[in-house]
Order: sequence, then C-alpha cells, then structure tokens
Amino acid sequence: MEKGLFCITTMASLHIAVLLTIGVITILVVRIIYVLFRSSKPLHSKSPRSLSTLIVLGSGGHTAEMLNLLYVLQTERFKPRYYIAAATDNMSLQKAHVFEDSLLRKEAFEEVEGAEFLQIYRSREVGQSYITSVGTTLIAIAHALWLMIKIRPQVILCNGPGTCIPLCIIAFLFKILGIRWSSIFYVESIARVRKLSLSGLLLYKLHMADQLFVQWPQLKEKYPRAHYVGRLM
Amino acid sequence: MSERDDTMKEKRVVFVTVGTTCFDALVRAVDTPEVKNELLKKGYTDILIQMGRGSYIPTRLTAENGSPALDYFTFSSSIADYLKSASLVISHAGSGSIFETLRLGKPLIVVVNEDLMDNHQSELAEELADRKHLYCARPQTLYNTISDMNPGSLVPYQPGDAKPVAKLINRYLGFPED
Repeated sequence: MEKGLFCITTMASLHIAVLLTIGVITILVVRIIYVLFRSSKPLHSKSPRSLSTLIVLGSGGHTAEMLNLLYVLQTERFKPRYYIAAATDNMSLQKAHVFEDSLLRKEAFEEVEGAEFLQIYRSREVGQSYITSVGTTLIAIAHALWLMIKIRPQVILCNGPGTCIPLCIIAFLFKILGIRWSSIFYVESIARVRKLSLSGLLLYKLHMADQLFVQWPQLKEKYPRAHYVGRLM
Repeated sequence: MSERDDTMKEKRVVFVTVGTTCFDALVRAVDTPEVKNELLKKGYTDILIQMGRGSYIPTRLTAENGSPALDYFTFSSSIADYLKSASLVISHAGSGSIFETLRLGKPLIVVVNEDLMDNHQSELAEELADRKHLYCARPQTLYNTISDMNPGSLVPYQPGDAKPVAKLINRYLGFPED
C-alpha cells in the first residue's frame, strides 16, 4: 500500500520534472530564435544618447585596424569605452591609451568620460600543452564571465583573433537570458582574403555577430550575409 | 660601374624586417652572395636587417667593392624611421609591416614564411601582388624576384577608409546620419 503510494508520488514527480524540462527547453529555443531573428535586424530604438562599448583589441595588425575604425567613430556616441586585450599583449592597451589621450587633448573643454583598460587571460598560449590548457581555458572563461558581468556592454567591437570569442559567446548568452542586449560587430582582418578566420567563421555560422564586415569582395561573395564596404587599412 | 660613380652615389638602403617573428630562412636568403650581389647590381648600397627572434646571425660587412654594406639588429620600438629612410623594403608577410610600408610609398618585396603552421598570411601578400602594389616571394625565390623587379612599375596603394564601416554601425544602432 505504502509502496504503491511511493510509486505514484515518484511517478508524479518524474512527470513534473519531464514537463518542466520540456517547458524550459521550449522557452529557451523560442528565446534563441527570437534573439537570432532580432540580431539580424537594425535596432529601432529612438537614437540613443550614448552606448557603453567594449572594444576587444587583438594584437599587432588587428589592433591597428581597430584603431583606424575608432578614429572615425563618433566617440561621444560610444561611451563609456572599455578596452580589453590579452594579458600577454603589452602593446595594444598602450596604443589605446595613446588614442584616448588624443581625444582628451581634442576635447579639452568638453566632458570626457574616462576609458577603462582591462586585460584578459588567454585560454591557451602558443606552445602550451593541451593537458594544462584545459585548466587555463576554465580560468579564462571564468575571468571573461567576471569581466562581462562587470561591464555589460551595449556594443561590442571586435576583429579577431580568438581573444574575442569567449566574450562574444557570453554576450550572446546574456542576450538569451535577458541580462543585457549587446550588439556585436565583427570586422574580419584585412589579412583574410579568401577564407574567414576561425573566429569569423564561428561568429558567422552561429549568427552571433549582428554585423560581420569583410574587407575583400571575394569574401562577400563566399559569405553573402557579411558586409563589404571597403578596407580599413 | 666605375669607382668614381660609386663615391658619387648616395646611400640607398635595403631594409629587411621580420617583425616580432623568427624568420631565419629570410635572413639567410638575404645573406647569400647571390642576393647581395644582385642588390648591389640594382644600385643598393646598404642592407639593414631587423632579425627579430631569429637565431641565424648574418655577417656584418662594410661597404667595399663587390658587396653592399650589411648590418643587423634584433628589435626596435619603432621601425617607422628605418622604413622612411629605406629605398627598398623586404618584409615578412605581417599586415602591420605591409601597410606601414605601402603607406610610405616604398617599393616592397614581401617574403612569405612557409614554416608557419596556419599560413593564411600568403593570402594578403598574393592579393596585393596581383594588384601590383608589391612583389611577393618565398625565401628560395627572393633572388629571382630581385633580379626581375622593376619598382617603377608598382602601383601606389590607396589607403582604405573606415568611414563606410562606421556609417553602417551607426545606422544599425539607430544613430542619426550626419
């Protein structure tokens, strides 16, 4: 008798659990479809005053290309600005500092909001063994998550290489969970003429970038959803 | 070429740069007698090599008959001055060095490092070579490229413009056009 009752309650709770799981998965799927659909359309907000912006600096040539873009963006629209570079890359943040200092001089009499410069751990350094890289990847993800919770940017500007991927994935999860809606812009490096980089391909295939720019017409032919409006360099 | 012409001639420097990479194959190729002689034949008097993390040390030479002067260093915080004073640049295929050189309007030979694992770098050099902005070579074909080249026939590179990208981003975010 008691055994039968126990059976019925476990059956019932099992049913509830299954129903709940199905419910949650349905909501998530609907939400993901909505996010993907919404991400491919322009935002129709009434001309926002300014948007907090995360700028991911890639190193070397990537950083040079990003700075060329920053020089022509209206900085009063994209603020406050947060710069992130890999912890092993000393040059990029230095260059961002130079850029921000040039703004300070230009707008000496206007109100300039301070920029923040942050470093992020890389999941794997060149030559690191795959066994230890499991640990460092976990640390890198946790660190990226912490930075993204702190910043919660409305705009993300990135142009590879891999440093930006964990940040973009977290931003995408934030979108699905309704934590923060950020528009992700990815500019493929000018060095990519015939094929997208792994980062570019990931963001393109997974529909994670709101807009993905390429710098050669050949790439636009191959990846029709990408935008081609000339070169940055 | 008479001795008098030699003394009259101003310095014409070939600047070789490998950036932050290790590219011994390029330094070794430049250090061969064939390449050095060919450069001298083309009227270059000095070779300066920025050798980065490479382990192959070229032989320092002072200018004398039959060979251009040769000097090298590992790194410099800014290679801009070296690029500016060069008459010919021989560079690795990094986009930074390529565009910095093209912006200065210097004749450029890009040498692709075939030892790199992910060799997407040749894409950019080959595309720009197809458009006649530079010459593209491998370490083993450097000699031929130098002897066949005609820097006067290169097409100046028109720098890109980031404004159209910025415009699309602005429009997407709902900022007014200006």
